[in-house]
Amino acid sequence: MAKVVYEKSRGLTDNPLSYCPGCTHGIIHKLVAESLVELDILERTIAIAPVGCSVLGYDYFNCDGVQASHGRAPAVATGIKRTNPDKIVFTYQGDGDLAAIGTAEIVHAAHRGENMTVFFVNNAIYGMTGGQMAPTTLIDMKTSTSPFGRQLEGTGQPILVSEMLSQIPSVYYIERVAAHDIPHLTKAKEAIKKALQNQVDGKGFSMVEILGTCPIGWAKTPADAMEFVKEKMLPYYPLGVYADKASNAGQGEVK
Amino acid sequence: MISEYTAKHRLTFADNLCKGCDLCAAACPKKIIKMDKTRVNAKGYNPAMCFDIENCIACGICAKICPDSVIKVERDV
Amino acid sequence: MSKVLMKGNEAICDAAIRAGCKAFFGYPITPQNEVPEYMAKKLADAGGVFVQAESETSAINMVYGAAAAGVRVMTSSSSPGIALKQEGISYLVGADLPCVIVSISRAGPGLGGILPGQGDYFQSTRGGGNGDYYLPVYAPFSIQEAMDLVFKAFDVADEYRTPVMILADGMLGQMMEPCEPIAKKPNITDHKWAANGQADKRDRNVVTSLSLKGEILEEMVERRFKTYEEIKTKETMVDNRVQDGDEVALVAYGTPSRIVLNAIEMLKEQGIKAGLIRPITLWPFPYADFQNLPSSVKNVVVCELSMGQMVEDVRLGVNGKLPVHFYGRTGGMIFEPEEIAEQVKKIVGGGK
Repeated sequence: MAKVVYEKSRGLTDNPLSYCPGCTHGIIHKLVAESLVELDILERTIAIAPVGCSVLGYDYFNCDGVQASHGRAPAVATGIKRTNPDKIVFTYQGDGDLAAIGTAEIVHAAHRGENMTVFFVNNAIYGMTGGQMAPTTLIDMKTSTSPFGRQLEGTGQPILVSEMLSQIPSVYYIERVAAHDIPHLTKAKEAIKKALQNQVDGKGFSMVEILGTCPIGWAKTPADAMEFVKEKMLPYYPLGVYADKASNAGQGEVK
Repeated sequence: MISEYTAKHRLTFADNLCKGCDLCAAACPKKIIKMDKTRVNAKGYNPAMCFDIENCIACGICAKICPDSVIKVERDV
Repeated sequence: MSKVLMKGNEAICDAAIRAGCKAFFGYPITPQNEVPEYMAKKLADAGGVFVQAESETSAINMVYGAAAAGVRVMTSSSSPGIALKQEGISYLVGADLPCVIVSISRAGPGLGGILPGQGDYFQSTRGGGNGDYYLPVYAPFSIQEAMDLVFKAFDVADEYRTPVMILADGMLGQMMEPCEPIAKKPNITDHKWAANGQADKRDRNVVTSLSLKGEILEEMVERRFKTYEEIKTKETMVDNRVQDGDEVALVAYGTPSRIVLNAIEMLKEQGIKAGLIRPITLWPFPYADFQNLPSSVKNVVVCELSMGQMVEDVRLGVNGKLPVHFYGRTGGMIFEPEEIAEQVKKIVGGGK
């Protein structure tokens, strides 16, 4: 008797993904889609797609979708969730979207304790526009707008979004995970599911920051890009729970 | 285009979704997957293939790491 | 329904709630603060939600979200705040989403001042956002008319799937007048396209303004412009009081047109016959009324609280047939009837 170990989730549509080969967006999409199905909330979910590589997210998540302008997904999600409190609303945002142009929107959605879920994919670069420096780009990392490597002077330290947002009193849950290997994907999915379950339970603002790759933008093979996450991203972006009102965890108690 | 590889377990590849990124091959603990340099799929990539299904342990790692949901894994067919 | 005494900003809210507005997202800015304040107080009782956003940009994007979910929604702001909302307005248009945007305009540019102004005619009728689009813009001149037009705006927004703007100046927002609250029922339609998480009952819905294929985007824009033609035919509104025998047509919109009416009375006493044309929809603009003026009209005088913006539409309407003159004040200064009468007399060659 054959047992299916893994097959494509019905939380995803049949549309082929537009992402570059080996991009972790596809992997993270799967984790989100599987979680929506496993929690049995797919049909009552509205996905908010940002501006950036995942702008076409609404073509891939097999639920209602709304495309938001650059950085404004948390505001759009607020408009939907407040008028449809029994529905599930999540935003899926990159680091240019959430950590640069959309800082006001994410900070205040968190500040209001909006009962929504945010998936924040941090791959340290603007992918869609061709690999420019993001606020999250690591020091010395070369991008098309930091051609000699990002310098501390004049561009600052890479922004630590989970650490920053965890300071906001109304936040319910924030965890940083990574998508570079199977054990970390397992952990990432647990966090994603928890962040959605929190919304189902009416707990308030939950965010999962997921460290991902941009093989093309980083000029690496997909496998080498996964190594880069492990070697370079993890030391600067420590994984763990940054806020969790369920267990009183917080910053400084990073697992 | 679907490619099936069956022994004790079965791997099914939706070839035309594959972008030849190599993540499945790199992640496979048994090293039984590679990009098939003899074929080009509809997207223009050399798609992933299993060249040694007898050694597959149906762990599902290749499918889980695949960004494009190319692979289905079945145990004890 | 018996008349009540209401402030303009509050009357706008009363009409919105009666029109079935279920969500309001705003940000404080003078001179429209009574709008969010009223909504904060009253909307919850009417089964709606009020959120004070962190910026006008966020507020309009919350509007976008609620509109995408098929809910009747409104925001309000004033000139610099409306400038910030332009991004969202362009997206609302691009995604064919209905909503009502109230603009209580003040003098600009920049932070300008908080006194009334009409320098936002271009901002409202030409859009400040990117792309090919228009939106219906209503310019009430009394509190009763503000109520009527706000109520109507929600129906028009739904019918044509477009944002609709109410453009009023600070005077209308702040003054009080007796008015009769709307008694009729709004025409609320079921939005089958709404992304409101009901994919168990229908196919999944997607709301987006994005199309990466040129031919599809062109088709979408052209379809929208067909709708604009329909709006022009069915929704153009004008208060045209020019009569045969009038030698001057005075043109004004919003509360300044009340000052112009006083000027017309003064001119009449001095033997000069003048009539008012007051566009109620600034887009679509009532061009036809300027093409069909009585032959007695020899001059057209446009009066605005700006350096002259609507005057360009009037010139398009008149199309070179008559001289079009302009008189305006700016900076928040308001013209007196005497000033206008004086200007008209200069143009027609003194009193008779």
